[in-house]
Amino acid sequence: MGILSFGDGGWGDEMLLGALMTISVAVASFAFGLVLGVGGASLKLSRLAPVRVLGDAYTTIIRGIPDLLIIYLLFFGGNGAVMSVARLFGYTQYIELNAFTVGVFALGVISGAYSTEVIRGAVLAVPTGQIEAAKAAGMNRLLIFRRIMVPQVARFALPGLGNVWQLTLKDTSLISVIGLVEIMRTASVASGSTREPFTFYLLAALLYMLLASFSNRGFNAAERWANRGVRRA
Amino acid sequence: MSIEFIQEVLPRLLGGLLLTLQIVPLSLVLGFALAVLVALMRLSPNLLLSGLAYGYVYVFRSTPLLVQIFLIYYGSGQFRSFFQEIGLWPVLREAYWCAIIALTLNTGAYTSEIIRGGIQSVPWGQIEAARACGMSRLLLFRRIIFPVAIRQALPAYGNEMILMVKSSSLASTITIMELLGVTRQIVSETFVVFPTFAMAGAIYLSINFGLTRGVQWLERRLSPDLYRPRETGDAIAH
Repeated sequence: MGILSFGDGGWGDEMLLGALMTISVAVASFAFGLVLGVGGASLKLSRLAPVRVLGDAYTTIIRGIPDLLIIYLLFFGGNGAVMSVARLFGYTQYIELNAFTVGVFALGVISGAYSTEVIRGAVLAVPTGQIEAAKAAGMNRLLIFRRIMVPQVARFALPGLGNVWQLTLKDTSLISVIGLVEIMRTASVASGSTREPFTFYLLAALLYMLLASFSNRGFNAAERWANRGVRRA
Repeated sequence: MSIEFIQEVLPRLLGGLLLTLQIVPLSLVLGFALAVLVALMRLSPNLLLSGLAYGYVYVFRSTPLLVQIFLIYYGSGQFRSFFQEIGLWPVLREAYWCAIIALTLNTGAYTSEIIRGGIQSVPWGQIEAARACGMSRLLLFRRIIFPVAIRQALPAYGNEMILMVKSSSLASTITIMELLGVTRQIVSETFVVFPTFAMAGAIYLSINFGLTRGVQWLERRLSPDLYRPRETGDAIAH
């Protein structure tokens, strides 16, 4: 087990750091995805048809093409895109995005498309009678959003968002192809230098399983908390 | 994006598409057979069988496909002499077969859960009725449980097929020149980034669009009772 030890001779500490990077990328992308999901859901639920089309296009395109393609596109095309935007503002220096930024952006856009659908469903699950009652009670739109919509949408969306989180967590492995040193990348480097690929990819698999089961528990606890006042048949 | 570029690149992309359209159906068919077996194991009263099935499904659903592909393709190399001895090395040496094995095992795990849900949704009264008619277990499965379960599972299985079309792109990470592999090759040769990826994306989108439509058509065909057009219903009511 020498190769898995912590310290200079072993890969234990490197794998642990890789796991921390995986967690950071996953959390950042999931959070960014949530923001996009709220935005996407409001597009899809808009009263204006052209706005709805925009929301539909976002979810259909992102969910219809491979995640790896989106990651490659942003990795190879991202620099150029950012530089041409910067040039509009008079900045002509070379800009290079790091793998973390590209990765979080790409995974966020992907998980945002799935979050959009989850949040849209949760918004539609709030009974219209409650909105009417709130209006009748004289609440303004902001107050209705804050007091009636947000608490319930959060509760309805939680199980679906748990799935999106698991998906995002697993998708972080794809970021290894653009060179971010997370679990997969560390496992690749370690297997190259020790010639024991099975050992390291198995360890990687175990780490992902561990992260998945821990976060699953977290989401279950959150669901219990959010449903604490709800009567069950 | 010039017309010449499209003319030059499209045949190569379609060549990659051909390989994608070979990998996906093959893994789907093999994975489906595996999934039926695993779902039956999972529902069996034998604790060893159901435990094995549960473990397999749990492991493959909670790890990324990329790990599974690398574990099979690169990982098998660590036990090369063992695989050579039992004669499996010629298979595991080929990236193509490693990709097929990984995709099959992956979709098998997800599909078995879909099929299990379908089987569990079969109303108990139908099974009792079939037993009362004297059907054997095999006949009961073939005539009652399987057809009803398939109808129930079809929408979810449609999603799984789309996921597989997308997942097959990961085969490009182990040197397979399917659609995304060819796309990357073109990008690194020509440095034309956006148009090339956009063309590949459009191809993936149209496959998935076609698949969605195909599944919808099949759903309507298999359960015409659920999709009776409203006009006919009204005509009967009047």
